[in-house]
Amino acid sequence: MGWLAFTVLAAAGLTAFLVGRGAGDALAADSSARMNSQPNYHGYYVAMWTVVPAAASILAYAIFGEGFVRSVLASELPDGFDSLNAFERTQYLDRAAAALRLPTTGQPLFDAVVARYGELRGAVKLAFLLAAAALAALGFVLSRRRIAADFRARLNVEGGIQAALFVSAAIAIATTVGIVVSLLYESFQFFTRVSLFDFLFGLEWNAQTNTDFGAVPLFFGTFAISLIAMAVAAPIGLYAAIYLSEYASPRMRGWVKPVLEVLAGIPTVVYGFFAILVVAPLVRSAALWINGLPFTPPELLAAQPASALAAGLVMGVMIIPFVSSLSDDVINAVPQTLRDGAYAMGATKSETVKQVVLPAALPGVIAALLLAVSRAIGETMIVTMAAGQRAQISVDPTSDITTITAQIVSLLTGDSEFDNSKTLSAFALGFVLFLVTLCFNLIALRVVQRYREKYD
Amino acid sequence: MTEFARSAGLAGPDAEARLRRRYAAERRFRFYGQAAIGAAILFLVFLIGSIVTQALPAFTQHKVAFDLQLDRAVVAPSGRAAPEDIRENVAGFYRLVREDLVERFPEGAGDASDRVELYSLATRLAVLPVAHDVARDPSMIGQTRRFWIALSDDLDLYLKGLVTRENVMTLGPVITVEVGRGDDSVVLTVAEAAAERIRANAPWSEPDRFLDGDPTVLIQAGDVVLKALELDGPEVKAEVLTGDLAAPNALASSPLTVRTIQTPETDRNVTDRQIAWTLALKSDGRIERRLNTALTSNADSTYPEIAGVFAALVGSLFTMLITASLAVPIGIMAAVYLEEFAPKTRMTDVIEVSINNLAAVPSIVYGLLGAAVFLNFFGLPRSAPFVGGLVLALMTLPTVIIAARAALKAVPPSIRDAALGVGASKTQAVFHHALPLAAPGIMTGAIIGLARALGETAPLLLIGMVAFVAEAPSGPTDEATVLPVLIYKWSTGAERAWEPATAAAIIILLIFMVFMNAVAVLLRRRFERRW
Repeated sequence: MGWLAFTVLAAAGLTAFLVGRGAGDALAADSSARMNSQPNYHGYYVAMWTVVPAAASILAYAIFGEGFVRSVLASELPDGFDSLNAFERTQYLDRAAAALRLPTTGQPLFDAVVARYGELRGAVKLAFLLAAAALAALGFVLSRRRIAADFRARLNVEGGIQAALFVSAAIAIATTVGIVVSLLYESFQFFTRVSLFDFLFGLEWNAQTNTDFGAVPLFFGTFAISLIAMAVAAPIGLYAAIYLSEYASPRMRGWVKPVLEVLAGIPTVVYGFFAILVVAPLVRSAALWINGLPFTPPELLAAQPASALAAGLVMGVMIIPFVSSLSDDVINAVPQTLRDGAYAMGATKSETVKQVVLPAALPGVIAALLLAVSRAIGETMIVTMAAGQRAQISVDPTSDITTITAQIVSLLTGDSEFDNSKTLSAFALGFVLFLVTLCFNLIALRVVQRYREKYD
Repeated sequence: MTEFARSAGLAGPDAEARLRRRYAAERRFRFYGQAAIGAAILFLVFLIGSIVTQALPAFTQHKVAFDLQLDRAVVAPSGRAAPEDIRENVAGFYRLVREDLVERFPEGAGDASDRVELYSLATRLAVLPVAHDVARDPSMIGQTRRFWIALSDDLDLYLKGLVTRENVMTLGPVITVEVGRGDDSVVLTVAEAAAERIRANAPWSEPDRFLDGDPTVLIQAGDVVLKALELDGPEVKAEVLTGDLAAPNALASSPLTVRTIQTPETDRNVTDRQIAWTLALKSDGRIERRLNTALTSNADSTYPEIAGVFAALVGSLFTMLITASLAVPIGIMAAVYLEEFAPKTRMTDVIEVSINNLAAVPSIVYGLLGAAVFLNFFGLPRSAPFVGGLVLALMTLPTVIIAARAALKAVPPSIRDAALGVGASKTQAVFHHALPLAAPGIMTGAIIGLARALGETAPLLLIGMVAFVAEAPSGPTDEATVLPVLIYKWSTGAERAWEPATAAAIIILLIFMVFMNAVAVLLRRRFERRW
């Protein structure tokens, strides 16, 4: 269906283009007429009006068609179905949709529903296809009639192109709006069931059983793991950036920088596997070794197979390149004159870096760290795989712990109905996550912009 | 001068000490920088190295040869003889495999638990390739053919040395064999020195006597495999695990191979008897280590030995096609608008801020968007590459826009001015001149963005692409999974054999990503122009 519609549309567009250009050519051959636009533009113009409205109609069917069929069908279902809730009704219709391709079951009611489903679907599809064909024909005829020597085909086509460009740019806004609205809407549904206060300040999280929705353990887990990650990434990333921008030869820079970028390019699921395969057992045996030391109590550390430390360490490695490449940029943007001034006073290189370059680059470095923190907070796979699933507040880094992102995954994996608190709580968590990272990003972007303006 | 310097504290022993301290601080600082870079690179090497070493065993696989007599009544009974039926007839082919196993190892035909132990040498579904072969060429039916079937994953790991540590030594042949000294055990008499070595290598809790929970000592001669129970001088009392002692020159003529399997039987998934059978098959020449073609040609399975990444690869391909065909054109058009046409209004400011912010939004938020809008609101199918592609396209869009804007910005204004000067319209100047010159930079950015989308897991989990999919999707609206999600699923598998399989799937994913990035780098090297 999709490919067929696409082919037919493309063929129609090509024909319309050829017809339009033919008309333009004919006009141009008539030497008495002075053409406003090239014949090609007449072709584009006719093709545009033939294809775009028809394509919009088909797109509308693809997006809304099935939903429309279902809503009509749902309204026609006998009264007995009123007792079903929305999710059960959806499941029933899903089964009916799947049964369309199968032989009849012999249950008269279900078969009738299936048959009616097929009928409605066919009718709606036919209606939309006819509408598409009519729109294409109408567009073709009307646009073809406008072709004349003084018709401004080029301007019209360029107007269409610009409209398309604007729509593309506006998709970015639509995405943002879509994220905010969908998260807000589902979170609102959630907060009609669970109070906002309980969610933000409750200390118990048992969402899987639909009972407790106190998210503080998750906030704590996210904070703790991000802290561990930053403790790894901040010093390593910063020192690497300083060395690369102040000490390294251009040749060394040339190969070290891409190697560091590789760390950022590795998929996070690979880091997660590495964490459970190598790092978590190492952390556990180190914790057991500490527990076994003569001067430590034997139960000092939890030494769980999945631990906050394992996830945090690996995540720290992952965000090293974010810290280093952003800091490298801001350190490079510090004007050479500042360094020359310090050298002239007899400062060594490290003194220059510590007392002149870094203070000058500080806002940018802070922004880089903020962006890295935002990355760490939003990182999902490593914590899902290596940090465990237990919502607890524990300062022991070798205990298992869970985060906002890991909970979202575990709540929404598998079949999710949208009418229980368990599923909706994932959206409330997502909303918190979005807000926090948004704040970090906006502050960081603003700081970087200010900083750039200062030295440009 | 020196007088002044001394009086000002700029020379003399104090000053020299201070200078030494400052230079030491300088060297320390420099060392920290080197150490940081060294640590980052070391992490990378360690990461790649540990995954590659994990993955290597998974690229080969042990297969067992079975001589199957393709009895028509079993593989293609009347009424179910069409090629499609033969393809599905797992039960029939597995029965042949079981019969062949029992024929070779009659001692495994005893009670139900014996049979389970023996039959688990080959997984039921491992006969599927055989069924497919026969369905393709039904003329085989009625003949006896040799087929290679995957050995069960645990025994495969054992043969690869990944289940247990094992000491192997070869000793001279047995001197005498005495069967049945009151029970069904045998007593071997070996050379004094050989007995001494067996004793030295049997780390039993009680000297000279095997107790449950001790490491197993297996003695193999040809296809006879025994399990040592007691040592007494040159005499070894042993239990026959497999092999016919009555057969001529069964034991006496061949040298003995003695293996001490360090992990006790209770702590591993393979029994001593299964190991004995495997060793016997191996000495028959019926086990070979071959390239694991299942890994790249099969779909996912619940059994690691026949699971493959093929279906996930196809799913990834469809998803990437959708992502690329949406994100790249829309991203380029948005960039062209923002860079070339957009008036400086509040609207464009809002668009800019949202693009910059979207580029830093956690990927899982896009998954939430997909679940709420595409699945719940529009009612699109779960687990479909189409929806996955949509979500990833939204996620990749900001990356493409930012890269395309940078590339367009790098095209000098003089190019556009020249076009405008000879009478081109604004649109013509952009589309005929600026955009083609920016194309290499745009494509580089787009490919890097797509490579990131290829490795993305979290948002796809939320739209149900984690469902078990037994065959490759045939279109973008079929149920499917993608490679990174498959890696996640395999990494949670309980059996030990999933670990190498996961690592191997990671290697396959990384090969694709390296390829894409290499293309991007090549494009940049080859076509990028600096003005």
